[in-house]
Amino acid sequence: MNNRKLLLEHLEVPGIEGIDVYVKHGGYNTLEKALKKMSPEEVVEEVKKSGLRGRGGAGFPTGMKWSFLAKPEGIPRYLVCNADESEPGTFKDRFLMEKIPHLLVEAMVLSSYALGANTSYIYIRGEYMYLLEILEKAIQEAYAKGFLGKNIMGSGFDHDLVVTPGGGAYICGEETALLESLEGKRGNPRIKPPFPAVKGLWGCPTVVNNVETIAAVVSIVRDGGEAYAAIGIGKSTGTKLISACGNLVRPGVYEIELGMTVEEFIYGDDYCRGIANGKKLKACVPGGSSVPILPHYLVTKTAAGEDRLMTYESLADGGFKTGSMLGSGGFIVFDEDQCIVRNTWNFTRFYAHESCGQCSPCREGTGWMEKVLHRLETGKGQLHDIDLLADINKKIEGNTICPLGDAAAWPVAAAIHHFREEFEWHVTHPEEAQTRNYGLIQQPVVA
Amino acid sequence: MSHTTQPIRTTEPVNFSEALLGKMDRAIQQFPEGKQKSAILTLLHLAQAELGWISVPTMDKIAEILHIQAIEVYEVATFYTMFHLEPVGKYVFEVCRTGPCMLVGSDQLIEHIGQRLNIGVGETTEDGLFTLKTAECLGGCGYGPLLQCRHRFHEHLTPEKVDALIEQYRQGTIEPGAL
Repeated sequence: MNNRKLLLEHLEVPGIEGIDVYVKHGGYNTLEKALKKMSPEEVVEEVKKSGLRGRGGAGFPTGMKWSFLAKPEGIPRYLVCNADESEPGTFKDRFLMEKIPHLLVEAMVLSSYALGANTSYIYIRGEYMYLLEILEKAIQEAYAKGFLGKNIMGSGFDHDLVVTPGGGAYICGEETALLESLEGKRGNPRIKPPFPAVKGLWGCPTVVNNVETIAAVVSIVRDGGEAYAAIGIGKSTGTKLISACGNLVRPGVYEIELGMTVEEFIYGDDYCRGIANGKKLKACVPGGSSVPILPHYLVTKTAAGEDRLMTYESLADGGFKTGSMLGSGGFIVFDEDQCIVRNTWNFTRFYAHESCGQCSPCREGTGWMEKVLHRLETGKGQLHDIDLLADINKKIEGNTICPLGDAAAWPVAAAIHHFREEFEWHVTHPEEAQTRNYGLIQQPVVA
Repeated sequence: MSHTTQPIRTTEPVNFSEALLGKMDRAIQQFPEGKQKSAILTLLHLAQAELGWISVPTMDKIAEILHIQAIEVYEVATFYTMFHLEPVGKYVFEVCRTGPCMLVGSDQLIEHIGQRLNIGVGETTEDGLFTLKTAECLGGCGYGPLLQCRHRFHEHLTPEKVDALIEQYRQGTIEPGAL
């Protein structure tokens, strides 16, 4: 399949992390085009036409998010880049920022011009401290060349860009928690409304976008929104970075055109090259740890027997019964030797650890799920524990300020839905469960 | 909850070097006037890089620098997992244990490091050189199993590689990463 690269086009160019090589390969031309030939509204219009959707996980249309930004007179507006990449399975933004930092810097100035923001922030997770230094170097280079600062390229547009670190908290990837953290506070998500577009950073109108989302704006403005929308299928337009991990021959970050088959992505020579060590595929979590797990027979085909595609719609085909989500593009693959109960416990421990603690259903529920799953995994569980998990799940889902509660509940629900017999086997064969894994399931659970 | 550790009360006086104060000042200047509190995480990272851990007097001093109440620093420092609220070894191995790393052997890696250093998770070696901690997803899922030490990632680890790594840290031949 023809596969265009928009974000990683110049990945292999030596020195592309420096401004001179970046400029030599057309870098900052798009910014110049926008500043000299386009109004901010025209830039927003191209982003709307592109059909670009948020690449951090939610998939919300970016152009629409931008158009919600309030523009009261005399109050500053802000663009904040969410570089708090922390959804397990996701390491694509890290790759992009490390390899081509100027793409993000150019995109930040360009997007800020469209939004009328004279200051923007990149909030990067503290564990990526080395990237903060790479970005700061790129920002200094951009100031020196006049791509940042006062009156950029004679356009009259002023812009300052600041990069600042988090401190190790998954919840700060949620946009209002991120804003709290950026204000120097604990990362407790805010009650919405008001949305950040109206009251965001320091009470001012703010757009928060993921790294990859913002980076995509450069090629959208360069080639036009329609050209971007021509790539992909339906409402899944453009390219997407997929970070593939788990038991694969060749894990890593790949830029794909949306619409590629899952089969090609997992087994294709240009991509992951199949399951490591000659083993069989057992399951896949295609969009980061928060999305439903798919058993092997629903990974490459939908329940209706059609090819499963790498698109928002196809991965979600079948809803929570037989589908999943594209999410952040954190593509986690499990081989036949992996234990679903252990992995579900592991993910739940993660959410219990990362719950900010402000909503009781999430704070208490994630903790209890972790305890019950640990009991099952270690062969001390009872059959009714499986139903107890489903019950705790229902009490968390939809009852919290932010989606972390849902993100913790969904993977457990999906794991039990598809792999109930493996959970039951842990109860009925407690000793055997400590010495070997259950293996593949062969009989699909009827939806 | 992110953190269950309580900060340790100590009355040991804390001294920030001129270089550290200069870095802190530059971090504060990045934010608009009156919004200096936004630099709090950077200040905590900088203080930890110089002093090794975050004590109550350190937090008090950061509060003083930012012109905020001490409690505003305590509540932040206790929320974010990267800050060590008790003394740690010179080298803190934070080994990722979340799903994708587990699939490629992080459990075995943690066990191996513990045996090699003769410490459990959360403990420090007697010579004060190494502390072993576990971390939730460090964002290197395709490169696991992995650990982070002084802002440096060590990826695709095997028992042999980690043994060599321990030796290199002992010899002091690995420079800190960022900060």
